[in-house]
Amino acid sequence: MNKREFLKDAIVFFPAAGLLSALSSQAAGKDPSAPATSGYDPTDHWYGMGIDVDKCIGCNRCVEACKAENDVPDEPYFFRTWVERYTIHADGETTVECISTKPAPVDQVAPENPDVVRTFFVPKLCNQCAHPPCVQVCPVGATFQTKDGVVLVDEKRCIGCRYCIQACPYGARYLNPRTRTADKCTFCYHRVTKGLLPACVEVCPTEARIFGDMKGRADRLVRFERANPISVLKPDLNTEPKVLYAKLDGEVR
Amino acid sequence: MKLPEQVVRLGTVIAVIVAVVLLLRFVILPESFFSATPHQAAKVEREMAKPLHYAGATSCRKCHEEQFTAKNGGAHRTIGCENCHGPSAAHAADKKTAKPPKPREREFCLGCHAYQSARPNGFPQVDPQKHKPKKRCVSCHDPHDPVPPETPQDCGGCHGRIERTKALSEHALLPCAECHQVAEQHMIRPRQALPTKPDSREFCGRCHAVESDDPAAAKARIDMAGHGRSFLCWQCHYAHLPEGPR
Repeated sequence: MNKREFLKDAIVFFPAAGLLSALSSQAAGKDPSAPATSGYDPTDHWYGMGIDVDKCIGCNRCVEACKAENDVPDEPYFFRTWVERYTIHADGETTVECISTKPAPVDQVAPENPDVVRTFFVPKLCNQCAHPPCVQVCPVGATFQTKDGVVLVDEKRCIGCRYCIQACPYGARYLNPRTRTADKCTFCYHRVTKGLLPACVEVCPTEARIFGDMKGRADRLVRFERANPISVLKPDLNTEPKVLYAKLDGEVR
Repeated sequence: MKLPEQVVRLGTVIAVIVAVVLLLRFVILPESFFSATPHQAAKVEREMAKPLHYAGATSCRKCHEEQFTAKNGGAHRTIGCENCHGPSAAHAADKKTAKPPKPREREFCLGCHAYQSARPNGFPQVDPQKHKPKKRCVSCHDPHDPVPPETPQDCGGCHGRIERTKALSEHALLPCAECHQVAEQHMIRPRQALPTKPDSREFCGRCHAVESDDPAAAKARIDMAGHGRSFLCWQCHYAHLPEGPR
């Protein structure tokens, strides 16, 4: 074979090989853009969560359940959900501590502080905004909103630039040290699509967390929304959070 | 007519380029090169396929009906089984391999029941240093059906918010038992004997009908025959905070 013949063959060979491999992969694997086959239709749902601040006892069980269910790193500064304690003092000052980072010791009672006007727990998590700022800023389209209203991160596309972590007004994202990609609450998407409750809702002992579907007519969340004075975090940002807080104190941000 | 040689050659080159571009765009390069939809759909499927760790209380019920029923009638009815027994999906799938833990230490119960000022009013809490120190909670309290050792003496022990609301209202001087009949059993197992609510309009009418001569309700009289006849009074008026004279 001389050089001319080799080049002629090569011109035919490479496109033909590409064509064949593409055809065979299409025949073997199904079309990746086809909808899931489990009979679950995401357009029927629009998920949200209700949090009754008056019921939270700050037991931290939701945080532990979330870590167990979603394989969140154990270190006490990686959270998909966490609980804050707000303390409002007589001079008007408000202090916020994350009790998930440092739980209170159970064998002794902290002395009562007469300066404290009121104090309470506020569970926090990704607000699954209807207009999520994190999705807007992602430079590679790795984070997106599903049709049922949950914001997910594609760990195969994420380049770990942390822009979304900066953009989230609720501090709900963290960089997973194992995968080096952004990670956040998914409303336990693998559970809710099977009809189960998210792990944090499943274990909450006082029903401070309510999970539901805003498209359901008599859904628990819809009734919760109707029966309680509802507020959301940072409404002025127009992110339209789907985590609804009942009887939220005005000091909470 | 025969095309000139140079036109045929040029046409061939153009045809080859067009063919290669079309081949690249529609066959060789995957759709995910141009659109986000395929990789997002793939991510959604990967997310849905993640393994479960918590089985959910309804699946516990299939085998542990007795404990489930006991728990659902008592003060721990809102607590899922896996709150105390830990994630048990492996146990639900195969009951022999993975036994869920039974936490029996005092510290476990104190995680919820140790006194903290930030906990909501009325939530049962103890001072761990004063309440039977070093004794395990489960030696006195059945965790599936914990009964408060002392029955609350008045309604406000559990219904504090209603009591405080009523104290500010026009009905402040009425005792709870004026309108609700409370069985003794309600104080011990609240869900098993619910208190009654007034079941007739005439009940409220004893004070609020125009014919009534009760001096306390003198400012709130209504013609029972002509006002909201198809409803019970408390379906529109919240009796713990009725609208006062404006």
